Amino acid sequence: MEERQATITPLPRAERAAATLLLDNAVVEKDGDRLLGPISATVASAGVTVVLGANGAGKSQFLRLIHGLSAPSSGAVRWGERPPSDARNEQGYVFQVAPLMRRSVWANVEFPLIARKWPRAMRAARTAEALERARLAEKAALPAAALSGGERQRMALARAWATGPKVMMLDEPCASLDPASVAEFERFLTAIRDEGAKLFLATHDLGQAQRLAEDVLFFAEGRLAEQAPASRFFAAPASDAARRYLAGEL
Amino acid sequence: MEMLGAVLTMLVTLDPALTGIVGLSLQVSLLAVLFAALIGAPLGAALAIWSFPGRRAVLLIASTAMGLPPVVVGLVFYLLLSRAGPLGEWGLLFTPAAMVMAQTALVLPIVISLTHQAVRPLAMSYADMMESFGASGRLRLFTLLWDARFAVSTALLAGFGRAIAEVGAVLIVGGNINGHTRVMTTAIAMETSKGALELALSLGVVLLIVALAVNAAMMALASFGKRYEAA
Repeated sequence: MEERQATITPLPRAERAAATLLLDNAVVEKDGDRLLGPISATVASAGVTVVLGANGAGKSQFLRLIHGLSAPSSGAVRWGERPPSDARNEQGYVFQVAPLMRRSVWANVEFPLIARKWPRAMRAARTAEALERARLAEKAALPAAALSGGERQRMALARAWATGPKVMMLDEPCASLDPASVAEFERFLTAIRDEGAKLFLATHDLGQAQRLAEDVLFFAEGRLAEQAPASRFFAAPASDAARRYLAGEL
Repeated sequence: MEMLGAVLTMLVTLDPALTGIVGLSLQVSLLAVLFAALIGAPLGAALAIWSFPGRRAVLLIASTAMGLPPVVVGLVFYLLLSRAGPLGEWGLLFTPAAMVMAQTALVLPIVISLTHQAVRPLAMSYADMMESFGASGRLRLFTLLWDARFAVSTALLAGFGRAIAEVGAVLIVGGNINGHTRVMTTAIAMETSKGALELALSLGVVLLIVALAVNAAMMALASFGKRYEAA
Protein backbone atom coordinates (compact mmCIF):
# COMPACT_ATOMS: atom_id res chain seq x y z
CA MET A 1 0.00 0.00 0.00
CA GLU A 2 1.26 3.40 -0.95
CA GLU A 3 1.71 5.75 1.90
CA ARG A 4 2.03 9.48 1.82
CA GLN A 5 2.94 11.19 4.99
CA ALA A 6 3.27 14.90 5.23
CA THR A 7 6.48 16.07 6.80
CA ILE A 8 6.43 18.43 9.71
CA THR A 9 7.13 21.96 8.70
CA PRO A 10 7.40 24.47 11.48
CA LEU A 11 4.78 27.17 11.10
CA PRO A 12 5.25 30.81 12.00
CA ARG A 13 4.11 31.04 15.59
CA ALA A 14 2.06 34.16 15.17
CA GLU A 15 -0.27 32.40 12.76
CA ARG A 16 -2.76 30.79 15.13
CA ALA A 17 -0.01 28.44 16.09
CA ALA A 18 -1.93 27.27 19.14
CA ALA A 19 -4.45 25.49 16.98
CA THR A 20 -2.14 23.95 14.40
CA LEU A 21 -2.01 20.22 14.89
CA LEU A 22 1.34 18.50 14.63
CA LEU A 23 1.92 14.78 14.77
CA ASP A 24 5.40 13.34 14.77
CA ASN A 25 5.56 9.58 14.37
CA ALA A 26 2.69 9.21 16.80
CA VAL A 27 1.78 5.63 17.65
CA VAL A 28 -1.07 4.32 19.80
CA GLU A 29 -0.73 0.84 21.20
CA LYS A 30 -2.87 -1.08 23.63
CA ASP A 31 -1.75 -4.31 25.26
CA GLY A 32 0.97 -4.65 22.65
CA ASP A 33 -1.41 -4.23 19.71
CA ARG A 34 -0.82 -1.29 17.43
CA LEU A 35 -4.06 0.59 17.00
CA LEU A 36 -2.73 3.60 15.16
CA GLY A 37 0.36 4.96 13.47
CA PRO A 38 3.03 5.85 13.11
CA ILE A 39 1.50 9.10 11.93
CA SER A 40 3.29 12.26 10.99
CA ALA A 41 1.24 15.18 9.79
CA THR A 42 0.58 18.88 10.07
CA VAL A 43 -3.04 19.98 9.93
CA ALA A 44 -3.97 23.60 9.35
CA SER A 45 -5.72 25.47 12.10
CA ALA A 46 -8.83 26.43 10.14
CA GLY A 47 -11.49 24.81 8.05
CA VAL A 48 -13.09 21.40 8.04
CA THR A 49 -10.82 18.38 7.99
CA VAL A 50 -12.75 15.25 7.18
CA VAL A 51 -11.37 12.03 8.58
CA LEU A 52 -12.21 9.18 6.24
CA GLY A 53 -11.59 5.47 6.27
CA ALA A 54 -13.26 2.10 6.62
CA ASN A 55 -14.43 0.74 9.96
CA GLY A 56 -11.43 0.01 12.12
CA ALA A 57 -9.11 2.13 9.99
CA GLY A 58 -8.24 4.30 12.99
CA LYS A 59 -10.54 7.33 12.67
CA SER A 60 -11.79 7.23 16.23
CA GLN A 61 -8.33 6.41 17.55
CA PHE A 62 -7.00 9.43 15.71
CA LEU A 63 -9.62 11.78 17.13
CA ARG A 64 -9.09 10.40 20.63
CA LEU A 65 -5.35 10.84 20.25
CA ILE A 66 -5.47 14.46 19.17
CA HIS A 67 -8.00 15.28 21.92
CA GLY A 68 -5.75 13.70 24.50
CA LEU A 69 -8.17 10.92 25.43
CA SER A 70 -5.44 8.46 24.60
CA ALA A 71 -1.75 9.16 24.91
CA PRO A 72 0.75 8.27 22.20
CA SER A 73 2.77 5.17 23.07
CA SER A 74 5.61 6.74 21.14
CA GLY A 75 6.08 9.83 19.03
CA ALA A 76 4.43 13.15 19.78
CA VAL A 77 1.20 15.07 19.31
CA ARG A 78 1.10 18.81 19.79
CA TRP A 79 -1.27 21.69 19.24
CA GLY A 80 1.28 24.34 18.45
CA GLU A 81 3.48 24.15 21.49
CA ARG A 82 1.01 22.43 23.75
CA PRO A 83 0.27 18.77 24.43
CA PRO A 84 -3.35 17.68 23.78
CA SER A 85 -4.21 17.52 27.49
CA ASP A 86 -3.41 21.26 27.75
CA ALA A 87 -5.21 22.20 24.57
CA ARG A 88 -8.31 20.25 25.48
CA ASN A 89 -10.07 23.04 27.34
CA GLU A 90 -10.32 24.91 24.04
CA GLN A 91 -11.80 21.90 22.32
CA GLY A 92 -15.14 20.12 22.11
CA TYR A 93 -15.71 16.47 21.29
CA VAL A 94 -18.89 14.87 19.99
CA PHE A 95 -18.80 11.14 20.60
CA GLN A 96 -20.18 8.61 18.18
CA VAL A 97 -22.64 7.51 20.83
CA ALA A 98 -22.96 10.65 22.90
CA PRO A 99 -23.67 9.78 26.53
CA LEU A 100 -27.04 11.12 27.61
CA MET A 101 -26.70 12.35 31.13
CA ARG A 102 -29.70 11.33 33.21
CA ARG A 103 -31.03 14.80 33.60
CA SER A 104 -32.81 17.42 31.54
CA VAL A 105 -31.68 18.58 28.11
CA TRP A 106 -30.86 21.92 29.69
CA ALA A 107 -28.72 20.32 32.41
CA ASN A 108 -26.92 18.23 29.81
CA VAL A 109 -25.88 21.28 27.83
CA GLU A 110 -25.03 23.29 30.92
CA PHE A 111 -22.80 20.57 32.35
CA PRO A 112 -19.51 21.37 30.54
CA LEU A 113 -19.90 24.98 31.64
CA ILE A 114 -20.08 23.80 35.24
CA ALA A 115 -17.06 21.59 34.64
CA ARG A 116 -15.14 24.58 33.30
CA LYS A 117 -16.31 26.70 36.23
CA TRP A 118 -18.28 29.33 34.36
CA PRO A 119 -20.15 31.77 36.65
CA ARG A 120 -23.81 30.91 37.09
CA ALA A 121 -25.26 33.88 35.23
CA MET A 122 -23.06 33.30 32.20
CA ARG A 123 -23.95 29.63 32.21
CA ALA A 124 -27.65 30.32 31.87
CA ALA A 125 -27.24 32.70 28.96
CA ARG A 126 -24.83 30.41 27.16
CA THR A 127 -26.95 27.29 27.69
CA ALA A 128 -29.98 29.09 26.33
CA GLU A 129 -28.00 30.22 23.29
CA ALA A 130 -26.67 26.73 22.61
CA LEU A 131 -30.13 25.20 22.84
CA GLU A 132 -31.55 27.91 20.62
CA ARG A 133 -28.95 27.21 17.96
CA ALA A 134 -29.54 23.47 18.19
CA ARG A 135 -33.28 24.17 17.86
CA LEU A 136 -33.91 22.43 21.13
CA ALA A 137 -35.04 25.42 23.19
CA GLU A 138 -38.57 24.05 23.50
CA LYS A 139 -37.31 20.72 24.76
CA ALA A 140 -34.97 22.15 27.39
CA ALA A 141 -36.98 20.84 30.33
CA LEU A 142 -37.41 17.28 29.02
CA PRO A 143 -35.22 14.41 30.14
CA ALA A 144 -32.50 13.99 27.52
CA ALA A 145 -33.67 10.41 27.03
CA ALA A 146 -36.94 11.72 25.61
CA LEU A 147 -35.20 13.20 22.55
CA SER A 148 -35.17 11.57 19.13
CA GLY A 149 -31.91 10.32 17.64
CA GLY A 150 -31.35 13.47 15.61
CA GLU A 151 -32.19 15.69 18.56
CA ARG A 152 -29.79 13.76 20.78
CA GLN A 153 -26.92 14.37 18.39
CA ARG A 154 -27.78 18.06 18.13
CA MET A 155 -27.86 18.20 21.91
CA ALA A 156 -24.43 16.55 22.00
CA LEU A 157 -23.18 19.12 19.50
CA ALA A 158 -24.68 21.96 21.54
CA ARG A 159 -23.06 20.53 24.66
CA ALA A 160 -19.65 20.30 23.02
CA TRP A 161 -20.05 23.76 21.51
CA ALA A 162 -21.30 25.48 24.65
CA THR A 163 -17.86 26.24 26.06
CA GLY A 164 -16.89 28.02 22.84
CA PRO A 165 -14.23 25.63 21.54
CA LYS A 166 -11.72 26.68 18.91
CA VAL A 167 -11.45 23.11 17.73
CA MET A 168 -14.11 20.42 17.57
CA MET A 169 -13.79 16.70 16.98
CA LEU A 170 -16.86 14.87 15.75
CA ASP A 171 -16.79 11.10 15.60
CA GLU A 172 -19.35 9.95 13.02
CA PRO A 173 -22.01 12.14 14.60
CA CYS A 174 -24.58 11.39 11.91
CA ALA A 175 -23.99 7.65 11.64
CA SER A 176 -27.51 6.60 12.54
CA LEU A 177 -29.55 9.63 11.49
CA ASP A 178 -32.14 10.00 8.76
CA PRO A 179 -31.46 12.55 5.98
CA ALA A 180 -33.61 15.28 7.49
CA SER A 181 -31.80 14.96 10.82
CA VAL A 182 -28.45 14.98 9.02
CA ALA A 183 -29.41 18.20 7.23
CA GLU A 184 -30.44 19.83 10.49
CA PHE A 185 -27.21 18.70 12.16
CA GLU A 186 -25.12 20.04 9.29
CA ARG A 187 -26.88 23.40 9.44
CA PHE A 188 -25.71 23.83 13.01
CA LEU A 189 -22.29 22.46 12.16
CA THR A 190 -21.66 24.77 9.22
CA ALA A 191 -22.70 27.74 11.35
CA ILE A 192 -20.04 26.73 13.86
CA ARG A 193 -17.51 26.39 11.07
CA ASP A 194 -18.42 29.77 9.65
CA GLU A 195 -17.66 31.35 12.99
CA GLY A 196 -14.11 30.12 12.68
CA ALA A 197 -13.93 26.88 14.63
CA LYS A 198 -11.62 24.21 13.30
CA LEU A 199 -13.54 20.96 12.74
CA PHE A 200 -12.31 17.39 12.55
CA LEU A 201 -15.19 15.31 11.25
CA ALA A 202 -14.96 11.54 11.02
CA THR A 203 -17.61 10.21 8.70
CA HIS A 204 -18.64 7.33 6.49
CA ASP A 205 -20.95 9.47 4.48
CA LEU A 206 -19.11 10.46 1.30
CA GLY A 207 -21.85 12.95 0.45
CA GLN A 208 -21.34 14.65 3.79
CA ALA A 209 -17.58 14.51 3.32
CA GLN A 210 -17.79 16.24 -0.05
CA ARG A 211 -20.25 18.84 1.21
CA LEU A 212 -18.09 19.85 4.15
CA ALA A 213 -14.47 18.87 3.63
CA GLU A 214 -11.74 21.32 2.86
CA ASP A 215 -9.09 18.72 3.34
CA VAL A 216 -9.12 15.03 3.95
CA LEU A 217 -7.20 12.69 6.19
CA PHE A 218 -7.67 9.19 4.83
CA PHE A 219 -6.90 6.28 7.14
CA ALA A 220 -6.36 2.66 6.22
CA GLU A 221 -5.32 -0.07 8.61
CA GLY A 222 -4.37 2.31 11.37
CA ARG A 223 -2.20 4.48 9.18
CA LEU A 224 -2.63 7.85 7.56
CA ALA A 225 -2.70 6.70 3.97
CA GLU A 226 -3.33 10.08 2.43
CA GLN A 227 -3.63 13.73 3.36
CA ALA A 228 -4.93 15.98 0.60
CA PRO A 229 -7.15 18.94 -0.19
CA ALA A 230 -10.71 17.69 -0.60
CA SER A 231 -11.06 18.70 -4.25
CA ARG A 232 -7.94 16.78 -5.16
CA PHE A 233 -8.75 13.82 -2.96
CA PHE A 234 -12.18 13.16 -4.40
CA ALA A 235 -11.14 13.82 -8.01
CA ALA A 236 -7.89 11.90 -8.01
CA PRO A 237 -7.00 10.01 -4.86
CA ALA A 238 -3.30 9.31 -4.78
CA SER A 239 -3.26 6.20 -2.65
CA ASP A 240 -4.48 2.85 -3.76
CA ALA A 241 -6.45 2.38 -0.52
CA ALA A 242 -8.29 5.67 -1.05
CA ARG A 243 -9.14 4.79 -4.64
CA ARG A 244 -10.62 1.51 -3.49
CA TYR A 245 -12.48 3.17 -0.63
CA LEU A 246 -14.03 5.78 -2.91
CA ALA A 247 -14.99 3.04 -5.36
CA GLY A 248 -16.79 1.28 -2.55
CA GLU A 249 -14.41 -1.63 -2.38
CA LEU A 250 -13.06 -1.05 1.12
CA MET B 1 -61.31 -12.00 67.66
CA GLU B 2 -61.00 -10.21 70.91
CA MET B 3 -57.29 -9.81 70.31
CA LEU B 4 -57.80 -8.37 66.84
CA GLY B 5 -60.13 -5.79 68.34
CA ALA B 6 -57.47 -4.84 70.88
CA VAL B 7 -54.85 -4.59 68.13
CA LEU B 8 -57.09 -2.35 66.04
CA THR B 9 -57.82 -0.15 69.03
CA MET B 10 -54.13 0.26 69.74
CA LEU B 11 -53.42 1.18 66.14
CA VAL B 12 -56.35 3.52 65.67
CA THR B 13 -56.02 5.33 68.99
CA LEU B 14 -52.26 5.63 68.54
CA ASP B 15 -51.57 4.07 71.92
CA PRO B 16 -48.60 5.93 73.49
CA ALA B 17 -46.81 2.67 74.30
CA LEU B 18 -47.00 1.84 70.62
CA THR B 19 -46.09 5.25 69.16
CA GLY B 20 -43.11 5.70 71.48
CA ILE B 21 -41.60 2.44 70.31
CA VAL B 22 -42.40 3.08 66.63
CA GLY B 23 -40.96 6.59 66.87
CA LEU B 24 -37.68 5.41 68.36
CA SER B 25 -37.41 2.62 65.75
CA LEU B 26 -37.83 5.09 62.92
CA GLN B 27 -35.40 7.55 64.50
CA VAL B 28 -32.66 4.98 65.04
CA SER B 29 -32.96 3.35 61.62
CA LEU B 30 -33.35 6.60 59.68
CA LEU B 31 -30.29 8.06 61.37
CA ALA B 32 -28.35 4.88 60.63
CA VAL B 33 -29.32 5.13 56.96
CA LEU B 34 -28.39 8.81 56.92
CA PHE B 35 -24.89 8.12 58.25
CA ALA B 36 -24.46 5.08 56.01
CA ALA B 37 -25.51 7.24 53.04
CA LEU B 38 -23.07 10.03 53.88
CA ILE B 39 -20.20 7.56 54.08
CA GLY B 40 -21.29 4.78 51.76
CA ALA B 41 -22.73 6.57 48.74
CA PRO B 42 -19.59 8.61 47.91
CA LEU B 43 -17.45 5.56 48.69
CA GLY B 44 -19.53 3.31 46.43
CA ALA B 45 -19.37 5.90 43.65
CA ALA B 46 -15.62 6.34 44.09
CA LEU B 47 -15.17 2.58 43.81
CA ALA B 48 -17.13 2.71 40.56
CA ILE B 49 -15.15 5.60 39.07
CA TRP B 50 -11.55 4.98 40.04
CA SER B 51 -9.46 1.87 40.16
CA PHE B 52 -6.79 1.64 42.83
CA PRO B 53 -4.96 -1.21 44.52
CA GLY B 54 -7.33 -3.07 46.78
CA ARG B 55 -10.48 -1.90 45.00
CA ARG B 56 -11.70 -5.41 44.26
CA ALA B 57 -10.96 -6.51 47.81
CA VAL B 58 -13.04 -3.64 49.20
CA LEU B 59 -15.90 -4.57 46.88
CA LEU B 60 -15.70 -8.20 47.89
CA ILE B 61 -15.73 -7.30 51.57
CA ALA B 62 -18.64 -4.91 51.08
CA SER B 63 -20.75 -7.42 49.20
CA THR B 64 -19.97 -10.16 51.69
CA ALA B 65 -20.82 -7.86 54.57
CA MET B 66 -24.28 -7.23 53.09
CA GLY B 67 -25.28 -10.46 54.74
CA LEU B 68 -23.61 -9.91 58.11
CA PRO B 69 -25.61 -11.48 60.95
CA PRO B 70 -26.95 -8.57 63.02
CA VAL B 71 -26.19 -10.37 66.28
CA VAL B 72 -22.52 -10.55 65.32
CA VAL B 73 -22.46 -6.84 64.53
CA GLY B 74 -24.21 -6.24 67.83
CA LEU B 75 -21.65 -8.31 69.64
CA VAL B 76 -18.75 -6.43 68.05
CA PHE B 77 -20.22 -3.07 69.03
CA TYR B 78 -21.00 -4.41 72.48
CA LEU B 79 -17.34 -5.27 72.94
CA LEU B 80 -16.24 -1.92 71.53
CA LEU B 81 -18.61 0.10 73.69
CA SER B 82 -18.65 -1.90 76.90
CA ARG B 83 -16.93 -0.28 79.82
CA ALA B 84 -13.73 -2.27 79.31
CA GLY B 85 -13.79 -1.82 75.54
CA PRO B 86 -11.72 0.66 73.51
CA LEU B 87 -14.68 3.06 73.19
CA GLY B 88 -15.97 2.34 76.69
CA GLU B 89 -15.33 5.81 78.04
CA TRP B 90 -17.87 7.26 75.61
CA GLY B 91 -20.49 5.64 77.83
CA LEU B 92 -22.74 4.80 74.91
CA LEU B 93 -23.66 1.21 75.61
CA PHE B 94 -27.43 0.75 76.05
CA THR B 95 -28.23 4.10 74.45
CA PRO B 96 -29.96 4.90 71.16
CA ALA B 97 -26.62 6.25 69.92
CA ALA B 98 -25.10 2.78 70.21
CA MET B 99 -28.04 1.36 68.29
CA VAL B 100 -27.52 3.90 65.53
CA MET B 101 -23.84 2.98 65.34
CA ALA B 102 -24.51 -0.75 65.08
CA GLN B 103 -27.20 -0.28 62.46
CA THR B 104 -24.99 2.08 60.48
CA ALA B 105 -22.45 -0.72 60.29
CA LEU B 106 -25.16 -3.08 59.09
CA VAL B 107 -26.47 -0.73 56.43
CA LEU B 108 -23.13 0.61 55.21
CA PRO B 109 -22.10 -2.45 53.14
CA ILE B 110 -25.51 -2.45 51.43
CA VAL B 111 -25.19 1.21 50.51
CA ILE B 112 -21.61 0.80 49.27
CA SER B 113 -22.33 -2.30 47.21
CA LEU B 114 -25.59 -1.18 45.66
CA THR B 115 -24.31 2.34 44.97
CA HIS B 116 -21.29 0.85 43.25
CA GLN B 117 -23.54 -1.36 41.14
CA ALA B 118 -25.77 1.57 40.23
CA VAL B 119 -22.97 3.97 39.38
CA ARG B 120 -20.56 1.61 37.62
CA PRO B 121 -22.24 1.45 34.18
CA LEU B 122 -22.82 5.21 34.19
CA ALA B 123 -19.23 5.87 35.19
CA MET B 124 -18.03 3.79 32.26
CA SER B 125 -20.24 5.53 29.73
CA TYR B 126 -19.47 9.01 31.08
CA ALA B 127 -15.71 8.52 31.47
CA ASP B 128 -14.51 9.92 28.13
CA MET B 129 -17.01 12.77 28.22
CA MET B 130 -15.91 13.76 31.72
CA GLU B 131 -12.31 13.70 30.60
CA SER B 132 -13.18 15.79 27.56
CA PHE B 133 -14.97 18.41 29.68
CA GLY B 134 -12.11 18.47 32.16
CA ALA B 135 -14.47 17.69 35.06
CA SER B 136 -12.78 17.55 38.46
CA GLY B 137 -12.86 14.35 40.50
CA ARG B 138 -15.31 15.91 42.93
CA LEU B 139 -17.66 16.98 40.16
CA ARG B 140 -17.51 13.51 38.61
CA LEU B 141 -18.41 11.90 41.89
CA PHE B 142 -21.40 14.11 42.61
CA THR B 143 -22.54 14.10 38.98
CA LEU B 144 -22.60 10.31 38.91
CA LEU B 145 -24.36 10.08 42.27
CA TRP B 146 -26.97 12.54 41.04
CA ASP B 147 -27.46 10.84 37.68
CA ALA B 148 -27.82 7.49 39.46
CA ARG B 149 -30.08 9.10 42.07
CA PHE B 150 -33.02 6.74 41.62
CA ALA B 151 -30.93 3.60 41.98
CA VAL B 152 -28.96 5.11 44.86
CA SER B 153 -32.21 5.98 46.63
CA THR B 154 -33.29 2.40 46.16
CA ALA B 155 -30.06 1.30 47.80
CA LEU B 156 -30.85 3.53 50.78
CA LEU B 157 -34.34 2.11 51.02
CA ALA B 158 -32.94 -1.42 50.96
CA GLY B 159 -30.62 -0.42 53.78
CA PHE B 160 -33.52 1.07 55.73
CA GLY B 161 -35.52 -2.11 55.24
CA ARG B 162 -32.70 -4.13 56.74
CA ALA B 163 -32.18 -1.75 59.65
CA ILE B 164 -35.81 -1.39 60.69
CA ALA B 165 -36.39 -5.15 60.62
CA GLU B 166 -33.29 -6.41 62.42
CA VAL B 167 -33.45 -7.38 66.05
CA GLY B 168 -30.07 -8.81 67.03
CA ALA B 169 -27.88 -5.73 66.90
CA VAL B 170 -30.25 -3.30 68.60
CA LEU B 171 -31.06 -5.86 71.27
CA ILE B 172 -27.43 -6.42 72.23
CA VAL B 173 -26.20 -2.82 72.20
CA GLY B 174 -29.51 -1.21 73.16
CA GLY B 175 -30.62 -3.61 75.82
CA ASN B 176 -34.38 -3.21 75.11
CA ILE B 177 -34.82 -0.75 77.97
CA ASN B 178 -38.42 0.37 78.27
CA GLY B 179 -38.92 3.94 77.15
CA HIS B 180 -35.24 4.33 76.34
CA THR B 181 -33.95 1.77 73.85
CA ARG B 182 -36.99 -0.38 73.13
CA VAL B 183 -37.74 -0.56 69.41
CA MET B 184 -40.33 -2.46 67.39
CA THR B 185 -38.41 -5.65 66.85
CA THR B 186 -37.05 -6.00 70.37
CA ALA B 187 -40.47 -5.17 71.78
CA ILE B 188 -42.15 -7.80 69.61
CA ALA B 189 -39.68 -10.44 70.77
CA MET B 190 -40.17 -9.56 74.42
CA GLU B 191 -43.94 -9.03 74.41
CA THR B 192 -44.41 -12.32 72.61
CA SER B 193 -42.39 -14.21 75.18
CA LYS B 194 -44.41 -12.46 77.91
CA GLY B 195 -47.62 -13.48 76.18
CA ALA B 196 -48.69 -9.85 75.62
CA LEU B 197 -49.70 -10.54 72.06
CA GLU B 198 -51.75 -7.37 71.45
CA LEU B 199 -48.80 -5.03 71.52
CA ALA B 200 -46.60 -7.54 69.69
CA LEU B 201 -49.13 -7.94 66.91
CA SER B 202 -49.78 -4.22 66.66
CA LEU B 203 -46.05 -3.58 66.27
CA GLY B 204 -45.89 -6.40 63.72
CA VAL B 205 -48.60 -4.70 61.69
CA VAL B 206 -46.73 -1.39 61.80
CA LEU B 207 -43.53 -3.13 60.74
CA LEU B 208 -45.31 -4.71 57.77
CA ILE B 209 -46.79 -1.35 56.79
CA VAL B 210 -43.31 0.21 56.89
CA ALA B 211 -41.98 -2.62 54.72
CA LEU B 212 -44.84 -2.11 52.30
CA ALA B 213 -44.17 1.63 52.12
CA VAL B 214 -40.46 1.04 51.51
CA ASN B 215 -41.18 -1.34 48.66
CA ALA B 216 -43.78 0.93 47.15
CA ALA B 217 -41.26 3.75 47.24
CA MET B 218 -38.68 1.54 45.52
CA MET B 219 -41.11 0.69 42.74
CA ALA B 220 -42.10 4.31 42.26
CA LEU B 221 -38.46 5.38 42.10
CA ALA B 222 -37.63 2.69 39.57
CA SER B 223 -40.45 3.68 37.25
CA PHE B 224 -39.72 7.37 37.64
CA GLY B 225 -36.03 6.78 36.98
CA LYS B 226 -36.86 5.01 33.72
CA ARG B 227 -37.81 8.34 32.19
CA TYR B 228 -34.18 9.41 32.33
CA GLU B 229 -32.67 6.23 30.97
CA ALA B 230 -31.77 6.09 27.30
CA ALA B 231 -33.81 3.55 25.40
